[in-house]
Amino acid sequence: MKRWGIILVAALIVAAFLSPFASPHPDGLERVAEDLAFSENGQLPAVRFSPMPDYTITVIHSEKVSTALAGIVGTLLTLVFTYGWTRILSKLP
Amino acid sequence: MHIPDGFLDAKTVVATAAASAFALKHNMAKVKEELNERELPALGVMAAFIFAAQMVNFPVMAGTSGHLLGAALAAVLVGPYSAGLILTTVLIVQCLFFQDGGLTALGANILNIAVAAPFVAQFVYNAVRKFNFAGSGTAATFLSAWFSVMAAAFLTSAELALSGTVRLGAVLTPMMIVHAVIGIGEGLITCAAVAYVGRVLNLKAKVSMNPDAGGGVN
Repeated sequence: MKRWGIILVAALIVAAFLSPFASPHPDGLERVAEDLAFSENGQLPAVRFSPMPDYTITVIHSEKVSTALAGIVGTLLTLVFTYGWTRILSKLP
Repeated sequence: MHIPDGFLDAKTVVATAAASAFALKHNMAKVKEELNERELPALGVMAAFIFAAQMVNFPVMAGTSGHLLGAALAAVLVGPYSAGLILTTVLIVQCLFFQDGGLTALGANILNIAVAAPFVAQFVYNAVRKFNFAGSGTAATFLSAWFSVMAAAFLTSAELALSGTVRLGAVLTPMMIVHAVIGIGEGLITCAAVAYVGRVLNLKAKVSMNPDAGGGVN
């Protein structure tokens, strides 16, 4: 296996098997926003539609499976986008 | 620490978007100079790895979590310019597909996490490496990760205050305290990931060897 393939497998393992067990608590910014009572400002996203809101695939009912699949999809999307633009950048005159 | 929609006012949205667009244009020119076709998959999988790792929130204190930013991880391995573009890609995917970080806050999130954090990481890494003691590589990696989180937290606080969402005096201290703890997690994960990813992809910690080139996978 190519060396970079090993990192991709590692990323997919993290996305599939660790992300469903991530801490559900608010992160640092969300915590401060709640404590200082400005988290209400952030309730409405500018674009309502999201294919996988909050790292879930809404048609899948098992929360852990849903997060794992969203993680795998996101990991692959990030790979494809990064590879795509670096390739375009390298081809530019 | 992704800022959602609604936290920033119009002038801050415009200012941060302009600043990050300007920085990214510069980054792209730099990356173009150092880009080598054979290295493209390495940048891709590193972005994928950072996306996956960012999903794994770890508990920091009662009822609070943190997650990796990956700015120092990428900056130490491929330099701050490539790191900036990798992290920008991660932030765009998170924003467009997962509603993590607001579309109107994308410029600010890029400025904090993809532009400022990798440069702070590089600066701290190089500064610590100068001392050249046993274990200075690990110490430099840990501290670069910790300071990169603090820099992003500081900028986030400043942007919230500039927007009039909250007073700087009120928001700065709690933001810095909680991220000082999250930064320890960032430091530990970054040390482990730099060692692992660097070994597998055969990357040396680039930034200190070639400070004026700004990195690049060799």
